[in-house]
Amino acid sequence: MKPIISVSHIRKVYKMGELETVALDDISFEVQKGEFVAIMGPSGSGKSTLMHILGALDLPTSGDYVLDGQNVSKLSDDDLATVRNQKIGFIFQAFNLLPRTSSIKNVSLPMRYAGIPQEKREATAKKYLEMVGLGHRLYHTSNQLSGGQQQRVAIARGLVMNPAILLADEPTGNIASNQASEIMGIFQKLNDDGHTVVMITHEPDIAAHAKRVLVIKDGNIVEDKKNTKQTRAKYIANQDI
Amino acid sequence: MKDVLELIRECFGSLTLNKLRTGLAVLGIVIGIGSVIALISLGQSSQKSIENSIQSLGSNLLTVIPGSANTGGVRGALGAGTTLTLDDALALQKDASITTIANVSPEFSRRSQVTAGANNTNTQITGVYPQYADVHKVVLETGSFVSESDVNALAKVAVLGPTAVTNLFDEGVDPLGQKIRISGQLLTVIGVTEAKGGNGFNNPDDAIYIPLSTAQKIIFGSTSLSTLSVEAKNADVMTTAQDDIGYFLLARHKIDDPASADFSIFSQNDILNTASSVTGIFTTLLGGIAAISLLVGGIGIMNIMLVTVTERTREIGLRKALGAKKNIIVTQFLTEAVILTVVGGVIGMMLGIAISFALAKIINIPFTVSPTSVLLSIGVSGGIGILFGWYPARTAAGLQPIEALRYE
Repeated sequence: MKPIISVSHIRKVYKMGELETVALDDISFEVQKGEFVAIMGPSGSGKSTLMHILGALDLPTSGDYVLDGQNVSKLSDDDLATVRNQKIGFIFQAFNLLPRTSSIKNVSLPMRYAGIPQEKREATAKKYLEMVGLGHRLYHTSNQLSGGQQQRVAIARGLVMNPAILLADEPTGNIASNQASEIMGIFQKLNDDGHTVVMITHEPDIAAHAKRVLVIKDGNIVEDKKNTKQTRAKYIANQDI
Repeated sequence: MKDVLELIRECFGSLTLNKLRTGLAVLGIVIGIGSVIALISLGQSSQKSIENSIQSLGSNLLTVIPGSANTGGVRGALGAGTTLTLDDALALQKDASITTIANVSPEFSRRSQVTAGANNTNTQITGVYPQYADVHKVVLETGSFVSESDVNALAKVAVLGPTAVTNLFDEGVDPLGQKIRISGQLLTVIGVTEAKGGNGFNNPDDAIYIPLSTAQKIIFGSTSLSTLSVEAKNADVMTTAQDDIGYFLLARHKIDDPASADFSIFSQNDILNTASSVTGIFTTLLGGIAAISLLVGGIGIMNIMLVTVTERTREIGLRKALGAKKNIIVTQFLTEAVILTVVGGVIGMMLGIAISFALAKIINIPFTVSPTSVLLSIGVSGGIGILFGWYPARTAAGLQPIEALRYE
């Protein structure tokens, strides 16, 4: 089976005048459809840079990144926008919802950029909001929702285009711990339904929800391990889902 | 279509967020468009007013004024000369070889103090022949105009314009038969003219007409004419008539070279064209000055849009991350800028119309607003939105999504 993510020898160097900073040295890995991968690492390890490249927000200096059969390492800005729109569902640490805008409008936004007609947008947005348990908050604006609720709106927004991967960047970083387990429960369920999830985090107990953990240090992958069912079960039991 | 409405609603949402700032940005456009409309409309109104009053002086009218007599190298002031006499007028009237003219009206006018009982005023006294009424379209309200026999008899009679009546007589007094005093001479009022609708600058209703002979011999002691008005047979022969009069007078004054003529002839069209071009330049000038404030308003819009782009960097980054292409971001910010300027344009247009209406009332000129200036102001304000919104919108669209998302 073809991998959904195929990263080969990716290198990213930032230039600040004369000074060159190597953020990613030589990264190669593959992710199969249906996997739940956590990318871990201390701050400064390059995991945010990797996340930007995986999210088609930035291009590698060298190396290839093939997402869902498409090589995205050398696309124009507008083509990258299309890739982000069609193939990637983003979940950010700070939720990044439009302020003073209803949940349903926020969730509809990616569909608007895809040119989907309004009636269909509203119906699809409603469906996904119900799926994340916010069927009763369709017309609440983001500042009327709790952190956990906002992140659930963001997850619904990440799902509406039926993307190849869900890319979550510290999804529980700004959320109270009791709500964090709810959010992780949603990711678990989505993964069980067949969604591919890639999650960046620095918290081991959040990473423990994933089936596979990649550890990055100084721009290289230093560890690629599978979480056993036992470790996962242990964390999940601890968190009372 | 629904998407356009949604875009506009969204833009209104962003703009109403900081009402004071949006209001101030719009104010620049309001003042710009408002002053352009008000000043252009004012210019056009005064143009119209001047045209009306020139036309009300009579149609097919040629005016001969004395002056430009070169005596020993000294050029006399136009109109102040004494080269035009009653004999010239009478000879012109009698000359059978000139077939293009209908009426000749010799005139002598001067401003003078006039009293009637305790009231007094300073007004234009015009010595006339009976033809004056035909040539200048003077219609009598009551009484009669100066007659041939009045002129022959040096009669001490006067015909008053309605403004002169108001100034000289108390309300309810019938002016007919009353005495007025000009330069120590008592004259009897024999008629009052109909109002022509005056304007502030040159009011044809504020006038007193007396027989030419009375004016020249009894009151002012002059033998020359101040103007000679000639009515051409019709509008088509105006130019021929102008030439006929010119050659006739040159011959009478024994002048060979038309360039050294001691008189000037204006047709009403000349006067109208001159006045129109003067007021036209004036209108353009006023509009141009007002356009500068519009430019300043546009720069204000650009400034606000740039601030907005900086403030909303995160929002722009998010939109790009979710798949918004450059054009979508450009469209969004251009729409906001255009909404700002068009709203300002519409308010400014209403303000401008209100101001020009008030000014027209105050200085008593007809109120005109051309539909083109209204359409133009909406078009121009929209254009300013696109022009000054373009750079901020491009700046927004050019932001890199990661930079924008990271921005705090």
